[in-house]
Amino acid sequence: MTHFHALDQYQAGNSLVHRLDPRVKLVLTLALIVAVTAVPHGVWVSLLLFLGTIGVVAALARIPLILILRRSMIAIPFALAAVTLVFTVDGTPLATLSMASRHVSITDQGTIAFASILTKSWLSVLAATVLATTTSFPDLVAAMRALRLPKVMVAIVSFMYRYIFIIADEAVRLQRAREARSASPHSTGRASLLWRAKVLGGMIGSLFLRSYERGERIYSAMLSRGFDGTIRTMGAENLTLRDLMMTVTFIAYLLAVVALSTIHVEI
Amino acid sequence: MLMSDGPHSLRGAGCEPGNPFQHAQGEARPAIEVNALTFSYPDGRKALDGISLTIREREKVALVGPNGAGKSTLLLHLNGILKGQGVIRIMGSEVGDGNLGVVRSQVGLVFQHPDDQLFSPTVFEDVAFGPLHMKLDEEEVCERVGLALAHVGMAGFENRVSHHLSLGEKKRIAIATVLAMQPAILALDEPSGELDPRARRGLIHLLRALPQTILVATHDMRLVKELLPRTVILDGGRVVVDGLTEELLEDTELLERHGLEAP
Repeated sequence: MTHFHALDQYQAGNSLVHRLDPRVKLVLTLALIVAVTAVPHGVWVSLLLFLGTIGVVAALARIPLILILRRSMIAIPFALAAVTLVFTVDGTPLATLSMASRHVSITDQGTIAFASILTKSWLSVLAATVLATTTSFPDLVAAMRALRLPKVMVAIVSFMYRYIFIIADEAVRLQRAREARSASPHSTGRASLLWRAKVLGGMIGSLFLRSYERGERIYSAMLSRGFDGTIRTMGAENLTLRDLMMTVTFIAYLLAVVALSTIHVEI
Repeated sequence: MLMSDGPHSLRGAGCEPGNPFQHAQGEARPAIEVNALTFSYPDGRKALDGISLTIREREKVALVGPNGAGKSTLLLHLNGILKGQGVIRIMGSEVGDGNLGVVRSQVGLVFQHPDDQLFSPTVFEDVAFGPLHMKLDEEEVCERVGLALAHVGMAGFENRVSHHLSLGEKKRIAIATVLAMQPAILALDEPSGELDPRARRGLIHLLRALPQTILVATHDMRLVKELLPRTVILDGGRVVVDGLTEELLEDTELLERHGLEAP
């Protein structure tokens, strides 16, 4: 039986960051992401300051920097969609491309906007990565619940975490079964693209059906233990004064940076 | 055949004194009464065809028969997950829409695959799910979770993540999730399936120590022989034989006719 662990980002530890209440960590991470987003385009000092902040937290948590850098790269391809801003935002043209009879200009304002969006996306994912690396998933789910996120949404996140590994295990087994049957004595070992595509389609369908049936069985298991449509969970403990002060201080710091960045632009 | 009890043995650790293995007859009240139960799946296939069955308190009964005989379908009727035609009484009261909550806390249904039963992020949350939905207060929920896990030999596993447990551990915790509801009846679907010999042995000891009325749907005839004095054979959605296990196991011709094997 194979196990699929790659999806679990959590790294156990006993640092100050690991021990912080998960609710505080979740709120502060979201606050940091909002603050990063609120910084006007092109105020690099503020963005650098936020990068430093995340770096300090990662260092306190004793996470290898290379690990979070590698994990944070996942968002870059999505942010690249903003590349059109380079051509569409008005400003001083830096260069002009000519294709047939049409002219497209790269503007300075557009370039700044694009680079800012790219940096902000990356910083946001970096912050989320540090959160996911220092907080176990059950703790994150409990934090979402304690912060009164809609129960159904929290339940979906919780089920996703519980079953994504099982579905991934199933996918690995299906793939092995395919490989075991795709050998031919005359070929070099690689089956035709069309054949592999067909098999992949079948695998996806099969995974969907299995997951659907599993969903029905899980629902029966929930009903059997008294589920009546209302999700009931244990209440959370109260936050300590230290947790609250930490939250207030950090948010005040974020507000100050954002405020200064805005003034900086207006001057 | 007596083998070493293994590290998880619970023999003698049950919370009931006396011999839970006794034949309960005559004076014991019926725990499960099924009368002329018929059920067809939406595609028209008849899964249960006029099943009548009475199981008394503290009886330990095997439900055997070939695949598709209707064993799992029958179990799903006992707590009202499936609704067929006919009457089912649990601890004397008829199962209906009005008392599903009560019935489900009385019949602890343990599913065949623990991954279906353990759906929460941590072991604690899974075992607490039943008691919380019985609307018990948090103090009692915690107490019951602790007791149930200790009962199946899994104390200290509260904060573990189900995905990282072995199948034997998962099966035990699946049983704990219903024990925490303190049911009068346990209905188990293939509890020993896919277990290695040591885990299977531990499970047999665990089931033997439980004081509840127990109904086990299984293909494991060795487990039946060791644990369950009464056997009901289902085939084609009907009860074909209902009798003492030791007598039935002698009749190899009967067993073979219904796709079974003597241990």
